[in-house]
Amino acid sequence: MSPAELDYRTLRARLERGELRVREVVEACLDMVERRKELNAFISVQAEAALRQAEIVEQRLRKGNAGRLAGMVLGVKDNIAIAGGRTTCGSRMLANYVSPYSATVIERILAEDAILLGKTNMDEFAMGSSNETSYFGPTRHPKDPERVPGGSSGGSAAAVAACQCTAALGSDTGGSVRQPAALCGVVGLKPTYGRVSRYGLVAFASSLDQIGPLARTVYDASLLTEVICGYDPRDSTSVNLEPPAILQKLEKGVRGLRIGLPREYFASGLQEEVREAILSAARSLETLGAHVTEVSLPHTEYAIATYYILATAEASSNLARYDGARYGYRSPRCSTLEDMYFRSRSEGFGPEVKRRIMLGTYVLSAGYYEAYYRKAQKVRTLIRRDFLEAFEKCDVLLTPTSPTTAFRIGEKLGDPLTMYLSDVYTVSVNLAGLPAVSIPFGRDSRGLPIGAQIIGPTFAEALVMQVAAALEQEGRTN
Amino acid sequence: MRATSPQPQLGASGKPERGEAMKYEAVIGLEVHVQLLTESKIFCGCSTSFGAAPNTHVCPVCLGLPGALPVLNRQAVEFAIRMGLAVGGRINPRAVFARKNYFYPDLPKGYQISQYEEPLVVGGRVEIEVDGRLRAIRLARIHLEEDAGRSVHAEEYVGANETLVDANRCGVPLIEVVSEPELATPREAALYLARLRQLVQYLGISSGNMEEGSLRCDANVSVRPAGSKKLGVKTELKNMNSIRSVERALEFEIRRQVAILQQGGRVEQETLLWDEKRGVAEPMRTKEMAHDYRYFPEPDLVPLVVDPAWIEEIRASLPELPLAKKRRFVQQYGLPEYDAELLTETRQLADYFETAAAFTPHTKKLSNWILGEVLRTLNERKISLERFPVPPQYLAELVNLVEDGEISASAGKKVFDEMVESGKRPEAIVREKGLAQISDLSQLEEVVERVLRAYPGEVERYRQGKDKLFTFFVGQVMRETSGKANPRIVNQLLKERLGVRRG
Repeated sequence: MSPAELDYRTLRARLERGELRVREVVEACLDMVERRKELNAFISVQAEAALRQAEIVEQRLRKGNAGRLAGMVLGVKDNIAIAGGRTTCGSRMLANYVSPYSATVIERILAEDAILLGKTNMDEFAMGSSNETSYFGPTRHPKDPERVPGGSSGGSAAAVAACQCTAALGSDTGGSVRQPAALCGVVGLKPTYGRVSRYGLVAFASSLDQIGPLARTVYDASLLTEVICGYDPRDSTSVNLEPPAILQKLEKGVRGLRIGLPREYFASGLQEEVREAILSAARSLETLGAHVTEVSLPHTEYAIATYYILATAEASSNLARYDGARYGYRSPRCSTLEDMYFRSRSEGFGPEVKRRIMLGTYVLSAGYYEAYYRKAQKVRTLIRRDFLEAFEKCDVLLTPTSPTTAFRIGEKLGDPLTMYLSDVYTVSVNLAGLPAVSIPFGRDSRGLPIGAQIIGPTFAEALVMQVAAALEQEGRTN
Repeated sequence: MRATSPQPQLGASGKPERGEAMKYEAVIGLEVHVQLLTESKIFCGCSTSFGAAPNTHVCPVCLGLPGALPVLNRQAVEFAIRMGLAVGGRINPRAVFARKNYFYPDLPKGYQISQYEEPLVVGGRVEIEVDGRLRAIRLARIHLEEDAGRSVHAEEYVGANETLVDANRCGVPLIEVVSEPELATPREAALYLARLRQLVQYLGISSGNMEEGSLRCDANVSVRPAGSKKLGVKTELKNMNSIRSVERALEFEIRRQVAILQQGGRVEQETLLWDEKRGVAEPMRTKEMAHDYRYFPEPDLVPLVVDPAWIEEIRASLPELPLAKKRRFVQQYGLPEYDAELLTETRQLADYFETAAAFTPHTKKLSNWILGEVLRTLNERKISLERFPVPPQYLAELVNLVEDGEISASAGKKVFDEMVESGKRPEAIVREKGLAQISDLSQLEEVVERVLRAYPGEVERYRQGKDKLFTFFVGQVMRETSGKANPRIVNQLLKERLGVRRG
């Protein structure tokens, strides 16, 4: 087995025992990247820097003062800033943009001796559910190159699934960590809004964005979560709480836990095999001693509309800074100021980004604000309340992550509305600011992975991972 | 005024003069941006100091780099609350920042973080004195926001076909003070603005310097038939950089609007730019004003919830405000209203007076010295009071020397000039320069006798009724004593002597 394929717990044990060197792990990952170049999971790979870092970490391991992530080789979604390197957001607009500073999460993982392998491919500015909107070309599904890995953290999910790195960071605004995790068959967690600092995460929709880990095991994802969570005075929306203690809960099982199945998440549009898998997951949990009940989230049908109003409104403002004036793409063919704005933005942004900027601009415009933006804010409150009420009847919710398994490249790209419906089970979680994890559970008839989503109350990362660990165990024994 | 006159004539007050034609009145509201004197910017730790090399006080946050996030400066909030309390406004228990979206190269994020639906301060009033009558101008709101950068065109390092952006000012904290449309004349607008400037200087929250842009004023103005309750169509005036130019621009615009209405036309709602040199206001290009700012709550900042205890702490630390101080000066020091008004113009001047007043009972004389010699010296030397070399105590001592007859008034002026030069204590100067006044009765009697003996003819003519010669004798005594004779005693002695002989 290549060191690139090892889960971190095993990897760390071997590094500690001296059976493996950090350099070998990095080289194995680089080899995987090279061997499966066609996946296009990475936008940039920092081989030399990673190898240099490997030597430093090796020293620390030998001295016995290595950090919690020593030797963990990470892919980082290319909308998270790393000082001195390109942060492209999968866009022509920032194709050559070099950040002068690092995101808080980067500082945190480096402080624990993780190794940064490179920046992963993504839908342009995290807008998409298939990684097809990237300026750097689509990422391909590791199991079937004709299919999408999901998005927008599709590069991170594909890289982890293809063992090009031990784990990865993604960002989740409406499902962008969980949906590609589900489609690629890896674990992906979106922490509670405010748990992880957004400082250095290039904003798509500020009130929804949250950085989260992708990994091949619940343990690895939990460890990474513990490291990246925590209060950051540079992010005003960061919550002043101790990071969650997840690892110590993973073995606790689910006996006595109440699992809610929201009836609205099993309605039409759900691929039959996915439904079967999730219901089977529920039965497994029941077998393990959990109580499964049906609950209702009555405003679910408004979630997609609400999400696309609020997310695009914020995006239209967040992306205003890309105007060609100070950094990023500037059209070479402009003579006046207005011309510079017009051409730079027309040429620098792809069609999906433009579509969302226009949508967002529209819903914030004078005369439409009340009908769209304000109404959507009210519905957001109702959706949040749905969850609060559901959590009076159960401890966590179990749902599908995505209505379908990985779809074919090009299948939905021409039909934005169908594409947006890929997020139907994930966006509510962002609107409510809740933690949720997607965990592989079963496969469809083509052998494509199916993801089960476990949603918890705010700050209950440990609880959702505890349930995920139980399902992971079941999935393995089945 | 003739009814056919195309230019309505306005009185000094800005109101149309009486005439046969319809009379109009103006309705003016001001939006004043005040740059706050915090040490660092409103959403990052960069310095706010003025005049640094371009783009040296910048960081990822104020440059709006991808991924950077704002963090609110507590001192900026405190300053805004100070202002809110000083004008008697209500501090909103929950204020919400909002994004004001528009494109401009000196606006790095493509939006300005401001406040919109839920500002920090609601209501309040600013009192102005119009023709001796106190008038309270109500405020709509005061909100906190960030400043934009500066577009640089006219520096030697800027090429002919380029505009450069200096981002040092990006993120400097501002408050915007929005008045209700209650000002009736350009004069009132000027008084309001002067009062506002005085207030922010008293509070120590801004330099209030309009020329440097620390205080910026936009004006909304409309006119309507006198007595009408319905508001006319308003225009917005921008680009005035002194109180005087605000007044002039308003005078111009009111005249323009009245002329349009008198000719049966309609005023168009638009934004006009004031051209100070040419004395005209002209419409901005329509494209520049076709803004829909698409305000929405700033998701990167949590609502600002102000602890009531903190508000009380700030209230307790407020300085005495100008009007209260003025009233107290009249009562406590027996000053005329006029003196008190001028002395309380700035907190520094008022403090100077008050520190000096502790050392002299002659407070009105002290006021004369400050409003006369001190202000004249500051003007001539173009220095601020902080750099004035005479400590208040020394000035009070000088006033005492003159009022107690130790030195003459003219010697007092000499001593003052010397104090300005050397910063020495007045007694020392009097001693060194031998400026002490001769008040010794026997010594002066001797001089008076000598003078009268030396001019028997003049004495004779005086006694025959040539009263004007009295000053001649005074002058001679002064000459004999090199100007040091106490004039009060000299007068008294001369009257006695000349009178005695006459009798």
